[in-house]
Amino acid sequence: MLSVQDTNTPVTFSPELLSKFADVVSRYPEGKQKSALLPILHLVQAEYGWTSVPAMDKVAEFLSIQPIEVYEVASFYTMYFLKPQGKYMLEVCRTGPCEIVGATPIMEHIEKTLGVKEGDVTPDGLFSWRGVECLAACGFGPVLQIGPEYTFYENLTTDSVDKLIGDLKGKANN
Amino acid sequence: MARKLLLEHINVPGINTFDVYRSKGGYAAVEKALKTLTPDEVVEEVKKSGLRGRGGAGFPTGMKWSFLAKPEGVARYLVCNADESEPGTFKDRYLMTYLPHLLIEGMIVASFALGAKTSYIYVRGEMMPQIRILEKAIAEAKAKGFLGKNILGTGYDLELYVQPGGGAYICGEETALLESLEGKRGNPRIKPPFPAIAGLYGCPTVVNNVESIAAVVPIINEGGDEYAKLGIGRSTGTKLISAGGNLRKPGVYEIDLGLPVEEFLYSDEYCGGIANGKRLKAVVAGGSSVPILPANLFLKTINNEPRLMSYESLADGGFVSGTMMGSGGFIAYDEDQCIVRNTWNFARFYHHESCGQCSPCREGTGWMEKVLHRLEYGHGKMSDMDLLVDVSKKIEGNTICPLGDAAAWPVASAIRHFRDEFEWHVTNPSAAVSGNFGIAHYADPLPKLEEAAS
Repeated sequence: MLSVQDTNTPVTFSPELLSKFADVVSRYPEGKQKSALLPILHLVQAEYGWTSVPAMDKVAEFLSIQPIEVYEVASFYTMYFLKPQGKYMLEVCRTGPCEIVGATPIMEHIEKTLGVKEGDVTPDGLFSWRGVECLAACGFGPVLQIGPEYTFYENLTTDSVDKLIGDLKGKANN
Repeated sequence: MARKLLLEHINVPGINTFDVYRSKGGYAAVEKALKTLTPDEVVEEVKKSGLRGRGGAGFPTGMKWSFLAKPEGVARYLVCNADESEPGTFKDRYLMTYLPHLLIEGMIVASFALGAKTSYIYVRGEMMPQIRILEKAIAEAKAKGFLGKNILGTGYDLELYVQPGGGAYICGEETALLESLEGKRGNPRIKPPFPAIAGLYGCPTVVNNVESIAAVVPIINEGGDEYAKLGIGRSTGTKLISAGGNLRKPGVYEIDLGLPVEEFLYSDEYCGGIANGKRLKAVVAGGSSVPILPANLFLKTINNEPRLMSYESLADGGFVSGTMMGSGGFIAYDEDQCIVRNTWNFARFYHHESCGQCSPCREGTGWMEKVLHRLEYGHGKMSDMDLLVDVSKKIEGNTICPLGDAAAWPVASAIRHFRDEFEWHVTNPSAAVSGNFGIAHYADPLPKLEEAAS
């Protein structure tokens, strides 16, 4: 579930989330717990929908590292959202092989259907979309993915995109 | 039909589960290696096989393994590079989705050979479904005694973990991958020291591509000499090719190296020709970073010999008239595709993915993207082509990691082979925005399908 937070709102991780963090940390040698940073940020984003500064500060505290070490990582990797997104973020591959089989018309169609520009959120908070670089599914393009599970949709057509958006709306309203 | 070593059982229902995989002879390589061979003997088999790294560089895997430093009392690591992000390449996703146990089996054998007690599979973050598949398969293998303490009673211990990335192409470069696995930004390290001496946590480390690790399984089962009998010359064995673009049958194909490109492209066993009965204009043979070739040069070398799908034949002619095997990301362009637009698209990709450490790459990729954008949108100048070549030459070889080269080559090769199409964009700006230069003289020398039939 998406909980849009104000960036000043403090964050408290649930015991379940903390136990997932601890499980990740156990994969690395002692003293190398910083290796858990990327997986933990994915867990945070799956829980809150994005990685806010207070959440990143808490992660730093958990891993006994400096907050800047978390910020620099979250801002380097494209998967971490530094501002709130729609509940469903449609990420369409826009690179070469998908482009030559019609990624641009798919993105134009999504923009028109949702009525928001790339990176913006629909007024109901349900959808955002953006073009992303190669998703390694070049034989099945155009493709898009939706986090936090990163479900994959291949061989897109404008009809299949309409159906997908309709299904997601139905799912959100139930 | 050629024998499949990796994808033989891909269509068996339930092959992603331990029991079905095992019933098809799975994990025999683990039993053979751990019970009958020494680690050095496993390395020797891989050396004999002639297996070359399947991630793109083509460096002999067995030799890479033999470089691993083995100081007393220091941990050694095997890290599998599953950060597949090279545009055109999707074989590793396919392999992990349908044959997760093949990768795990290869990881166990390779870890044993290298003396690693903890190994990681670094999977790009977007592949969360594949991460879930691998984690389930690892749990199954562990429950059956193929991972964990005292594997099969041999006294060998191994823990295997899956590590997600965060969405950065650069992390496919092995030292950037190690930085990322340590929880840092994916900035490539200056080499030397190489990972074989100081890799993960400063310890000796081997980083191998998914397909290279998977290929270790048939090599151990059948012996390195048998594996080396497949293929041609120094291109031994089989290779997964990710075929995409304007093809009638895109997908992942396992080929014997040395297959003629014409057969790969046009036979129904493989790509089945160009989609919608169109003609072939150009091919990127090994992922977006290798030089693009016009159809005529791709099908036949400059000496008019048929080109083969092998490391040597694809590179025949150097960068003047050849290309590279790369990671096997095969992209076919039909007559309706615009080379300028495609080159701009790739330049944008490399600009987006540059880590920003080295100024030639950080600034140069952005510059090339801007110039290509103005050419594509009808604001180009005749001097732009020389400018692009100049910028690409100043990136190439002047960066810490090969991303700079990877960004420079597609631009330089597009201008080398398709200069008249670039010039046409300058002289016909409005036509270039609305239309397409077409196939011109690049066309493949083969007749159209309907002509061939009559």
